[in-house]
Amino acid sequence: MSQQDAIAVFQVEARETLEMIEQGLLDLMAAPGDRGLIDAVFRGLHTLKGSGAMFGFDALAAFTHHCETAFDRVRKGEVAATTDLVSAVLAARDHMRRLMEDPKGDHGAAGDILLVDLERAVRAADGAAGPADAPPAMTTWRIIFDLPENAFRNGSNPLALLAELRDLGEAQVVVDASQIPPLDMLDPTGCHLRWTVVLTTDQPRQAIEDVFIFVMDDMSLQIEAIETDAPKTPAAEASAGETSAPETPPASNAGAEAPPAPARDVAPPAAAVAEAPDGARTRTQESVRGPADRLDELMDRVGELVIAQSRLSQIASSGADPNLRTVSEEIERLSGELRDTMMVLRMVPVSTLFGRFRRLVHDLARETGKTIDLATDGETTEIDKTVIERLADPLVHLIRNAADHGLETAEDRVAAGKPATGRIALSAHQSGGEVVITIRDDGRGIDRDRVRAKAESQGLIEAGAVLSDHDLLQMIFHPGFSTAAAVTNLSGRGVGMDVVKRTIEALRGAIDIASRPGEGSEVSLRIPLTLAIIDGLLVRVGRGRYVIPLAAVEECLELSLDDDKRSRGRSFISLRNSLVPYLRLREMFETGTPPELHQKVVVVSTGTERIGLVVDQIIGDHQTVIKSMSKLHSGLPTFSGATILGDGGVALILDVGHLVAKGQHQEAQMREAI
Amino acid sequence: MSTQSDIAATAAGWTGADQVEVLTFELNGELFALHAVAVQEIMDLAPETVVPGAGDFAGSVINFRGKVIPLADLRVAFALERGAPTIDSRIVVIEIELSGEPTLVGLRTDKVHEVTTLARADSEAPPSVGMRWRPEFIQCLVKRDGEFIVVPDLQTIFNQQQDARQPVASATRH
Repeated sequence: MSQQDAIAVFQVEARETLEMIEQGLLDLMAAPGDRGLIDAVFRGLHTLKGSGAMFGFDALAAFTHHCETAFDRVRKGEVAATTDLVSAVLAARDHMRRLMEDPKGDHGAAGDILLVDLERAVRAADGAAGPADAPPAMTTWRIIFDLPENAFRNGSNPLALLAELRDLGEAQVVVDASQIPPLDMLDPTGCHLRWTVVLTTDQPRQAIEDVFIFVMDDMSLQIEAIETDAPKTPAAEASAGETSAPETPPASNAGAEAPPAPARDVAPPAAAVAEAPDGARTRTQESVRGPADRLDELMDRVGELVIAQSRLSQIASSGADPNLRTVSEEIERLSGELRDTMMVLRMVPVSTLFGRFRRLVHDLARETGKTIDLATDGETTEIDKTVIERLADPLVHLIRNAADHGLETAEDRVAAGKPATGRIALSAHQSGGEVVITIRDDGRGIDRDRVRAKAESQGLIEAGAVLSDHDLLQMIFHPGFSTAAAVTNLSGRGVGMDVVKRTIEALRGAIDIASRPGEGSEVSLRIPLTLAIIDGLLVRVGRGRYVIPLAAVEECLELSLDDDKRSRGRSFISLRNSLVPYLRLREMFETGTPPELHQKVVVVSTGTERIGLVVDQIIGDHQTVIKSMSKLHSGLPTFSGATILGDGGVALILDVGHLVAKGQHQEAQMREAI
Repeated sequence: MSTQSDIAATAAGWTGADQVEVLTFELNGELFALHAVAVQEIMDLAPETVVPGAGDFAGSVINFRGKVIPLADLRVAFALERGAPTIDSRIVVIEIELSGEPTLVGLRTDKVHEVTTLARADSEAPPSVGMRWRPEFIQCLVKRDGEFIVVPDLQTIFNQQQDARQPVASATRH
C-alpha cells in the first residue's frame, strides 16, 4: 500500500470517526449524563488524534488534542456535559473535518477561536458535575493484566505500560511466566507473560485505565482496590513456582492465580472489557467497506452466470436426462437468488440522502429568515446507489424552491391562519418497481395566474389558450421558466426545474406536481429501483433484435399492407383521430431484408410526444440487464445500451428519447413540405 | 542497427528488452502480430449483432463472457479484401485503452498461428514510401524466415476509427 493509499484509507476512517463523534454529541445533548456516550466520544477523539498524528495530519492531531483534553474533564466527571459545551465540541468537530479534508489549508485562526469558545464552555460547566467520582486520597490497587499473544507484533510495549504505571505512584511488579510454553514450542515473537502490579497512588481508577487505553480492546485487565490507605505490602508471599520474576516482591496468591473476579470491585471494569470487543464485532458486522466498482464486477459475473444458466436450462429441457434437469433447475433457482441478493447489495437507504438536507434546511431558514421545520419519513426505503447519487442535486433544487417560493414568511403565515413555522416534508416509499419520493410544503402553493402570465409572455402558450390544470403546472418545467419576481441567491434563476426534470428522466423516472392554492405544493418523483435492470419489449427488425424500454411503450398495433401502401410519401398513421409520425426501423437500420407481411407499430412516448416504430416482429417481454456500450459505440445516439439474451446473443436497447425527437423533427419537415 | 529501428523497437514494446512475446495471426494472407500481454482470449466465431450506423471497422458487437464488446476488423484499416469467414476464423479478444478507459475489443482474424518471440534485432520501422498501407498504422515490421510480420499500432488505429466514426444513418424518408 502506498503512502497515498494509506492517507486515503485514513481519511475514510476519519470521516466515519467524525460522523460517530457527531452522532454521539447530538445524542449527548438529549442525554447529558450518559457515560457510554461520553466514553464513545472520547474514544473517537482519541483515535482521531492518534491516527492523525501517524499519517502526518499534525494540525488535526494538535487541535484534536486540545479538544480531547477539554472533553477528558467531562469524562472524569469534573465538568458536566452542558449544551453549550457540547455545541462547542460540535463546532470543534466541524473544524477537525476541515483540517482532515484540507490539511494544507490555513485554519489556525479559526481553530484558536473555537478552542477559546471550548475553554469558556468548560469553565462555565465547571462545578456543575456531582462529586461522586472524586477518589479517596491514597488507594492501593491490584492490577492484573494479560496481553494477547500478538501484542508485540501490534506494537504494544509492556515495558512502556509498566513505566506509565510506575509514574502514577509506588508500584510493585510481579511477572507471571507460567504460561511460557516449552522451549521447542516457544514463539519468541509472542507474548506469554502476565503481570500483577500493586500500585499505591492518589490517582483515580480512570488514570490507571487510561494507561491501557490503546490495548484495552484485546487484553484482559482486572483492577481492584485492595485497600484505601492500606499497608504497603498487603498480601502474603507468592508461591515460588508461580512467580518467577527475579526481584520477587510480595504479591498475592489471588493475583498470581488470577481467580475470576473475586471482589465486587472487579465487576465493572471486567464488564467494560468484555463489552469493548463485543461492540467492535457488531460494528464490523454492520458494514463492509469496499470500492463500488467491485460490486459492479460482481454484478457482471452474476449476469454471466444467469446467461450461462439459461443456456444450460435450454440444453437440459431439450435432453431426456432427468438428473440434468434437476441440477439445471437447482442452478436456475440459485442464480436467481444470487441476482436478487446482488441487487440488494447495491441498495442503500435514502436516509443517506435525507440526512444531508437537515443542514440545507437549517441554512435556508437562516438565509430566508423563515422558520422551517423539516420532517422526513420512510428513510429506510432503499434505492440503487448510483440512483441515490444522482438524486441529490434535483432534491436540493426542489427543497430550495419549497423554502424560497413555497413557504411564506412567518407574518404572512400567521395572517393566513397557519402556524408560523413552515413545514417541508420529505418522504420516500416503495411502490412496485419504483420508489416515490415526495417533497411537500405547506406554503402558499403555485400561483396559476402568474404561471399563465409568464408562459404567455414567454410565448410558451397562446394568450387565452385553454389548458388543463396539470398542463399549466407542467409549464414550470420549461427551460428558462421562473415566476420569482426577483432572482435570489437561492432560486428563481429559472435553471432549476428543467434541470430537475431532465435528471429525473435520465434516471428513467417521472416527475409530477400537485398544488393547492394557500395549502402548499407537492412534487413527486417516481424513480425506478435500479438502473441495472429494466423491463423491456423485445422486437425484431430484419435479423437484429432490439429492446424498447417497456415504460415508454404506449401500445402496439399492426401496420396493415394497405396502411403501409397508403402511407407511402407520408410516414404517419392515424391513431384515434390523431396523426402519429412513425419511423421504419428496417429502413433506418438498413437491414437489407424485405418487410414482413404483417409489420407491427410500437407506439412509444416521452410524456407528451409520441411516435410509432415500425418493426418486423414483437417477440415479447424481456427482463433487460443493461450493459453499457464501449467507447467505440457510445457516441451512437440511437442506442442507450445493450443486453444479453437468453440464447447468448446481444440485443441493442433503443433510446426512445432520441427516436421521438427524431420523429418530431421528421414531422416538422413533413409539415413544411405540405 | 539504425536509430530509426531503435525508435520503432521502443514503440513495439521492446523497452529495455531484446525480445517480445507476440501472438501471430493471419489476415487475408498477411501475417500480423499482437503483443501477447494484451491478449485476453482467443475464441471461436460468436453470433454477432450488427450495430446500425456504426461503420465497417467496428460494425458489430458480441457477447464476451457476459460483456458486450465491439468486434473490430483490422482488414478495414488496412484496406484488405474482406473474405467470408472460414473454419479457421477466430476472434482475438484484446484489451486496449480508448479515451483513457481500458476496453475489451474483439479482433477478427482469418487464422491464429502461435505465440512466439520476436527479436528486437529483426525489427524495422515501416518505410515511409512504397507501402500499400498507412505507415502510422504500423508500429514496426519484423523479418522472420524470409517474410515480414506486421505489428500494427492498435492505439492509433482505434483512435482514428473512433474519431472518424460515421454518424448513425438517418431515417429514409419517402
